[in-house]
Amino acid sequence: MSEHARDNGRDNGRDKSPGLVEKKYLTLGGIDPEQPGGAMTLQSGAELSPITLAYETLGELNQEGDNAILVCHALTGDSHVAGKYNEDDLKPGWWDVMVGPGKPMDTDRYFIICSNVLGGCMGSTGPCSENPATGKPYGLEFPVVTIGDMVRAQKRLVEHLGVTKLLAAAGGSMGGMQVLEWTVRYPGMMHAALPLATTTRHSALNIAFHEIARQAIMADPHWNQGGYYDEPGPSLGLAVARMIGHVTYLSDDAMRLKFGRNLQDKDAFSFNLADELPDFQVESYLRYQGKKFVERFDANSFLYITKAADYFDLGLQHGNGSLVQAFSKAKARFLLVSFTSDWLYPTYQVREIVTALKKNGLDVSFCEIEAHCGHDAFLLRNDRLFDLVRHFLNTTHETVRRGGSHAL
Amino acid sequence: MRFDLQVIASWIDKGSRVLDLGCGKGDLLQHLTEHKGVRGSGIEISEDKVARLIAKGLSVVQGDINREIQDYPDQCFDYVVLSQTLQQVYEPAVLIQEMLRVGARGIVSFPNFGHWRIRAQLLFRGRAPLSRELPYEWYDTPNIRVISMKDFQNFCHRHGFSVLKRVPIDTDYHESEGHLPKILTNLRATYGIFLLGQDAPPEPQPGESVSCP
Repeated sequence: MSEHARDNGRDNGRDKSPGLVEKKYLTLGGIDPEQPGGAMTLQSGAELSPITLAYETLGELNQEGDNAILVCHALTGDSHVAGKYNEDDLKPGWWDVMVGPGKPMDTDRYFIICSNVLGGCMGSTGPCSENPATGKPYGLEFPVVTIGDMVRAQKRLVEHLGVTKLLAAAGGSMGGMQVLEWTVRYPGMMHAALPLATTTRHSALNIAFHEIARQAIMADPHWNQGGYYDEPGPSLGLAVARMIGHVTYLSDDAMRLKFGRNLQDKDAFSFNLADELPDFQVESYLRYQGKKFVERFDANSFLYITKAADYFDLGLQHGNGSLVQAFSKAKARFLLVSFTSDWLYPTYQVREIVTALKKNGLDVSFCEIEAHCGHDAFLLRNDRLFDLVRHFLNTTHETVRRGGSHAL
Repeated sequence: MRFDLQVIASWIDKGSRVLDLGCGKGDLLQHLTEHKGVRGSGIEISEDKVARLIAKGLSVVQGDINREIQDYPDQCFDYVVLSQTLQQVYEPAVLIQEMLRVGARGIVSFPNFGHWRIRAQLLFRGRAPLSRELPYEWYDTPNIRVISMKDFQNFCHRHGFSVLKRVPIDTDYHESEGHLPKILTNLRATYGIFLLGQDAPPEPQPGESVSCP
């Protein structure tokens, strides 16, 4: 179990951290009797074994077992959702503003679970893990994984932690895709779903940006068909991939306000393309983001995870092409959120989900939040989002305790 | 709670499924949820209001009522409520038709333009009427329809909506209390509340189940 700082009083909860957390590992084996040895037959038909999931938990599962929330991370996230590993860590987990004592996902009240996705590079089995057949990292030998595969692995983790029914699953962007997958794959295992700034399938625009990012990696000679683990690796390609992604997470407004046309440590243009120092602040920022990303992320993992997000099509896989039919399996109550300036997963994509849920008579709430910071808004401090999540979880928990149902 | 909402609440059976179009502050839905075990949903266009409604524990979708109502399956609700919003609806017949498609009963309330004070303002002052119920000047009003109880009765007749109940209410200044005038209703009612159904409700065939999960 993780250690938790237990401060009393919630008045200044905004600035509290859940304290120290510990990354743990679960290697799947023999949990599902149909799949001896822990092998999982992936959606592609390939077998994968062993499968390790890196995960972190915060808070405690209560006696009734009704307070567990699964948080699903986005493309480049990890299991480190909140808190710090060590006191002197510079930064806490990626959703520390949302998860912690007195925060919307209150760790004094809820048991939070977050695992690194299958195919990831932050401790879960992925292309940089050792291939038992060769003793070397998988590289491109790693089988293609899907959002469905990720969710099936998560389900085993949730069961391993003694949770029979989640109070909720929550996540933004690709995390939201996993939440949506959960609602139709394991409807009996969850009371509520909070898919934020997400979609049931990528648009051509979404796929296009992912493809450009993948091509940036694959065009880097150091990528070497994925076999770079004893070499320097495609750091330039991966950095460019991150730069592209980063632009799609922002908005015109956000970039104008943050950078405008400001120059970086210069009074005038350099008139020199060979100059290593960038002219514009935005250039400098993107290069910095790219460089930072390379230090923590595996290029092959990026290829696999972006592909998983592109393949995701909930209506196609679970409803013969009909989103309405796909959601006919769902039972959860839903809170969906979109952000006005999110052009990666615009409101219309979230509204398509709302429509399909309504057609199934499901209990659905939807709010389009005015925000100028683009897709990234779901990760940032936003009082409107925080209020919605806090109260929605509270209502769900109270309804569950009264033994109520959610369907209309 | 506003008096018209109290009257509406009194018409709604316990445990029913209710859709509130333009649910505003959510007083009606909250009251029905807490006191009548109603399973309620709301549609509201303002982000601010939607956030407050969800914070109250209500299930609300942000959007335009005319658009959002189209997504619900037939006969998904027992009651669909349109309270004090009709005067802002561009196509009332289409909306009410939809209300009676997704719900067994429709409840519509609106400020009565036939009230004597409004008539008097036009007659004696020659000015576009202003009242507690309709507090806007001609140039800033969100209301695009002026409706009297008599007008709405005729409208229902023409469009084949059967009026199952028709209640004029005369509210006090705070609109939290009021009474139901018995005579000269179109003259005395500040608001009209109508309970509507389809003229010929489709009888479910034996063995046929209503499709709302």
